[in-house]
Amino acid sequence: MKTLNVSISPHIRTTRTTQTVMLDVIIALSPTMIFGFVYFGWRALLVTSISVASCVLTEFVYEKLMKLPVTVSDLSAVVTGLILALSLYSTAPWWIPVIGGVFAILIVKMLFGGIGQNFMNPALTARCFLVLAFSGIMTTYPGVGGVDAVSAATPLQLVRDGGYVSYAQMFIGNHPGSIGETSAAAILLGMAYLLIRRVITIKVPLSVVVSTVAFVALFTAVKGEPITLNYLTVHVLGGGLLAAAVFMATDYTTTPVTFWGQIIFGVCVGLFTAVIRCFGGMYEGISFAIILANLLTPLIEKWTYPKPFGVRRGVKK
Amino acid sequence: MSLKTFRGGVHIRDGKKLSSHAAIQIYRPKGELVYLMNQHIGAPAVPCVRAGERVLIGQKLADPGGFVSAGVYASISGTVKAVTGRECMNGDTATAVIVENDGIYETVPDYGAERDWQSMTADEIKAAIKDAGIVGMGGAGFPTHVKLSVRDGLHIDHVICNGAECEPYITCDHRLMLERPEAAVLGMRILTSLFPESVGVIGIEGNKPDGIEAVAAACEGYDNISVLPLKKKYPQGGERMIIEAVTKRRINSKMLPADAGCIVVNFSTVIAVADAVAYGKPLTHRVVTVTGDAVKEPSNFLVPIGTKAEELIEAAGGFTAEPEKVIFGGPMMGFAVYNLELPVNKTTSCILAYKRDRVYNPSECIRCGKCLTVCPEHLMPIKLKNTADERDFAEFERLHGLECIGCGSCTYICPAKRRLSQSIVAAKQFVLLEKKKAAAAAKEANNGTKG
Repeated sequence: MKTLNVSISPHIRTTRTTQTVMLDVIIALSPTMIFGFVYFGWRALLVTSISVASCVLTEFVYEKLMKLPVTVSDLSAVVTGLILALSLYSTAPWWIPVIGGVFAILIVKMLFGGIGQNFMNPALTARCFLVLAFSGIMTTYPGVGGVDAVSAATPLQLVRDGGYVSYAQMFIGNHPGSIGETSAAAILLGMAYLLIRRVITIKVPLSVVVSTVAFVALFTAVKGEPITLNYLTVHVLGGGLLAAAVFMATDYTTTPVTFWGQIIFGVCVGLFTAVIRCFGGMYEGISFAIILANLLTPLIEKWTYPKPFGVRRGVKK
Repeated sequence: MSLKTFRGGVHIRDGKKLSSHAAIQIYRPKGELVYLMNQHIGAPAVPCVRAGERVLIGQKLADPGGFVSAGVYASISGTVKAVTGRECMNGDTATAVIVENDGIYETVPDYGAERDWQSMTADEIKAAIKDAGIVGMGGAGFPTHVKLSVRDGLHIDHVICNGAECEPYITCDHRLMLERPEAAVLGMRILTSLFPESVGVIGIEGNKPDGIEAVAAACEGYDNISVLPLKKKYPQGGERMIIEAVTKRRINSKMLPADAGCIVVNFSTVIAVADAVAYGKPLTHRVVTVTGDAVKEPSNFLVPIGTKAEELIEAAGGFTAEPEKVIFGGPMMGFAVYNLELPVNKTTSCILAYKRDRVYNPSECIRCGKCLTVCPEHLMPIKLKNTADERDFAEFERLHGLECIGCGSCTYICPAKRRLSQSIVAAKQFVLLEKKKAAAAAKEANNGTKG
């Protein structure tokens, strides 16, 4: 008889792997990406493909050069590429996603040790870098139909100027914006998939959305401006909030793992978003809000260490 | 109906239907039987027979080696071949009494004779349990009479029979529920009689509806004994988890179940108590599930303790294919063995053979947090593993690493296939050993100054 394997228990494992988790995220991202391709046209597909290719290639080349095991098959670079593309405009020139992808993977992820080691969301950090470095290009968004319409305004801009945006339009995503951020329906579909597959819990998306609305209402009241239902709805559905709350604020590596930590993290994101949107000069504050909150993650986790079963007092600080 | 349970845990495909319909068969061993002296937690038993002596079923082969220890009894009649060192489950060598089976199955005189247990005092019942060498048969092997010796001042109001059988594949308790429910109820009547005003609760996971039904029927007429269906979830049969499910009380690593007013006894053990107290039978046999995809006819056997594993596999039709892994116990907490000549112990509930054993290479942690949500102790396995690997044992203890029950749920669920519970359990054992050493050294120093 051949020799038997021996090892310490447990002897069985779940079938879920890092790769299948990432595949689930890719599946969840597909409705909103497909909506973006259809709505913004072939350029959206091009930008997305370049972004994904740039991320995967950067990881591959870096690991080859550094003689590290190649980890591109875990699909996490694909997810980074998709999330970066989701937050770009379809009119971006080809080199924008190239630079973004290299920045996200090389600077933010690999230099800090690769998967699981980065402390800021790679795709979002790359996006913020692009916005700061190439602000002119990064704020030139396409209009309806993906042809031109530089003069069109996003719903957030519209309501800030006192306009009104139709609810149906916002829900379907029939308005200018980034490739994967416009359709609330498609994003919610993706979220439902992630929830059913238990990749994420509702805690982070819900606390981000609720706290953003609450703080926006508070700050608007402080400024003495009128608060309307349409105004608040636009803050949730009309910009990048929903996509960010579902796909970016739930990033495993850069958000707390503890129960209360996730809720506190979501509230921090909501607070920062509301501050930037109400008092800052930018229409879109959530990317910055999330990477700021990412920096608080270790601290939040330390504060929220769970109370063990049957132990009266939790961990001494 | 929402069944009682705890927060955390994992849902595992349980593989129980392989053997759950196989009625218990009596197995008659051939050749020699091996009785290890360390089948329980505590001091090893001390052999009290010599080579060449003839022994009968129920005859004592070894005395308890201390208070936390248990005697060992012959499960067949025959001649003692040797008292020698033999390999045991964890690869160590332990003293063993080897008996050659003569095939006569002659018993000691009073073996199986009915006793009027109701006229026995509590101390007599406890002594009978001690004299039967009964230990926890679920896997831990804690001597039962020690469990029942409750510190003065503690009031026991719950005697819990642990019939969760939450480990995948194992069906020995399930079969006993169907075939000997009245014995379990008798055992519970005996155990509750030790603690006035206590109620007996038999907790059974909801994946055994027929078991629940059979035991509930046997409980009829006994007001203080009832069945509580539990949610099917691993590790529902963990001592702390089942206490919470039944009483809503939570205990930690520094407490005994008695501190929460509970005594927890495994299902097979309760039946062993009934056999010992009411029929004067020491613990000589147990039901063992022989199963797994590499076993031809998964079966449940009533096995004389000391029978070699390879004989049981043969009795179950042999292997369908050469197995890559054989486990004593369940797949979550059992021991992988490389030697099939190992004997069935008091704690061996299952012999599980897998055709394939996939070896996973751990990758980097992606911080998904799944290990936190499944940890039944509500710990942070990801962090405990890091402190364990860095050998920062002070931090390990501060983060309550000693609360880990070693259930393996975190390792099971980890998508990066990291060996979480393995590192944590190793660190925990190291810390406990250091504490023991420190305590012994302190005691010595103390004695030195006095002397």
